[in-house]
Amino acid sequence: MKYKAFRKCLAIPFWLFLILFVIFPILFIIFYAFTDVNGNFTFDAFTSFFTSPVKLNVLLISILIGLFNTFLCLLIGFPLAYILANPKFNKNYVLVMLFVMPMWINFVLRTGALRDLLSIILNACGTTTGEHPLLCTMIGMVLNYLPFTILPLYSTMLKLDKNQIEAAQDLGCNPVKTFTKSIIPQAMPGIVSASMMVFMPTISSYVISDTLSEGKIMLFGNSIYLSFSNSDWNGGSFMSLIMLIIIFLVMLFTRKFQGEKDADRGNGSW
Amino acid sequence: MVKKIFAYSYVYLILAILYLPVLYLIVFSFTDATFLGQWQNFSFELYSQLFANKEIMTALGNTLILACISAFVSTVIGTLGAIGVYYCKKGIKRLTEGLNQIPVVNAEIVIAMSLTVMFVFLGQNFFGNNSLFSFWTLLIGHCCLAIPFVYLNVKPKLQQMDPALYEAAMDLGASPTKALHKVIIPQILPGIFSGLLLSFTLSLDDFIVTAFTRGPGLLSGQAQIETLSTLVQAKIKKGAVPPEMRALTTIIFLIVLAIVVIYSIRVNMKKNNRGRRKELKNASR
Repeated sequence: MKYKAFRKCLAIPFWLFLILFVIFPILFIIFYAFTDVNGNFTFDAFTSFFTSPVKLNVLLISILIGLFNTFLCLLIGFPLAYILANPKFNKNYVLVMLFVMPMWINFVLRTGALRDLLSIILNACGTTTGEHPLLCTMIGMVLNYLPFTILPLYSTMLKLDKNQIEAAQDLGCNPVKTFTKSIIPQAMPGIVSASMMVFMPTISSYVISDTLSEGKIMLFGNSIYLSFSNSDWNGGSFMSLIMLIIIFLVMLFTRKFQGEKDADRGNGSW
Repeated sequence: MVKKIFAYSYVYLILAILYLPVLYLIVFSFTDATFLGQWQNFSFELYSQLFANKEIMTALGNTLILACISAFVSTVIGTLGAIGVYYCKKGIKRLTEGLNQIPVVNAEIVIAMSLTVMFVFLGQNFFGNNSLFSFWTLLIGHCCLAIPFVYLNVKPKLQQMDPALYEAAMDLGASPTKALHKVIIPQILPGIFSGLLLSFTLSLDDFIVTAFTRGPGLLSGQAQIETLSTLVQAKIKKGAVPPEMRALTTIIFLIVLAIVVIYSIRVNMKKNNRGRRKELKNASR
């Protein structure tokens, strides 16, 4: 029975890696969040975060932009995924691949390209990108995260129960009611995981907001990056901790909707 | 019919908007004007400039080396981990899966920050105030991003596999290692392959973790390692995308396009084969 021990041993590097580079770093973040430069226990980072209107503003704006971006991506992506998954319109997987393809071009390069293009368009209209930071950032966010919304939505749309939709129509639902009472509830797991794929990365994004708003819009990611470049490990750790807590809360919230079946998300990306 | 036209125009409109920035760079890579949006004359000047540009070539080399090594390491660790965990008891399995899920849902910047803080602490307290940041910390960062996804890609293939296969191989006299690479690995190869591909692309595209955990090394020598992402970010912070980068965009786009075309041809061929088999079946009835 030696081989039974052998095959468990195969996972040792994996476990070591998880402990050393996933658990330990999180413990270090918690440690740094509640100590000062000399390593003494304090609540400095805590109080300076919650008494600073600038930092609280950054958190609020990040959440608002995150929600807005999620909403826009779902608004554009939902009909798109519905069309792509409907055999009446599209039988070819290649079209879906075309939507995913931009993800494989370096995203910093894409962001730079978008900025240059937007500045040319806005210059032609007589303004600059610096004057419309919110508009430019939102365009960048939507273009970047749309493929992430389309994939999970598409895979749930493929499983839509056509009979139930038809039954709803036969039983006298108008199109609006069919949509809200039958299609949306069926597509809920996809909507939830698509929102997760957009909301979290938007809050913590750095490159898009930094490039497209010319540094005018600070998101939570930008302010963590700022404390990194100032070597402010304690403040940065505290903000990372807050980000972790937000992620944890959102995960708890989405668990309710998702059910156990779709728990291993991330498989859907390939 | 009207519905169909409407649907198609919506799909293609969004596609066009999605591709517009990149296509714009590609179109203007065939001119020698330095300002974007200006068309002087058709030339391949930017392409020769690209290959003569030492900075970009170094960054490109770094990116590829790093992506290959981190994809390889992550695939090995993740695959072996998935196999080992698959044969563990339920409690350990659950715990490992929960741990593995942390980096998947975690924000990239939190992963980067937590690793950086740890390396700073270790460097200050255990390595005599030396900076630990080097190629190795960067590699660890990239593996952190990739390993959980390799695990998630291999796991379903293991579940599809017949659990008795391994025992059967052992009973027929194979050694544990031989049973592993002759029986298990071939069964889960598609999962390993997609894990490898995913970790490669994750590494290629990464900016945040690279910016946080990099140090001197690789082709950059004594200077900080520049990958494509960090180099482009440094350039676009100062101004427009450098003209040589347009040529690079075209090349990357063509490579990605080639992969997509080959993939879709293969998918269609499989579909056709399946269709033909169905026809034969029906005919024989």
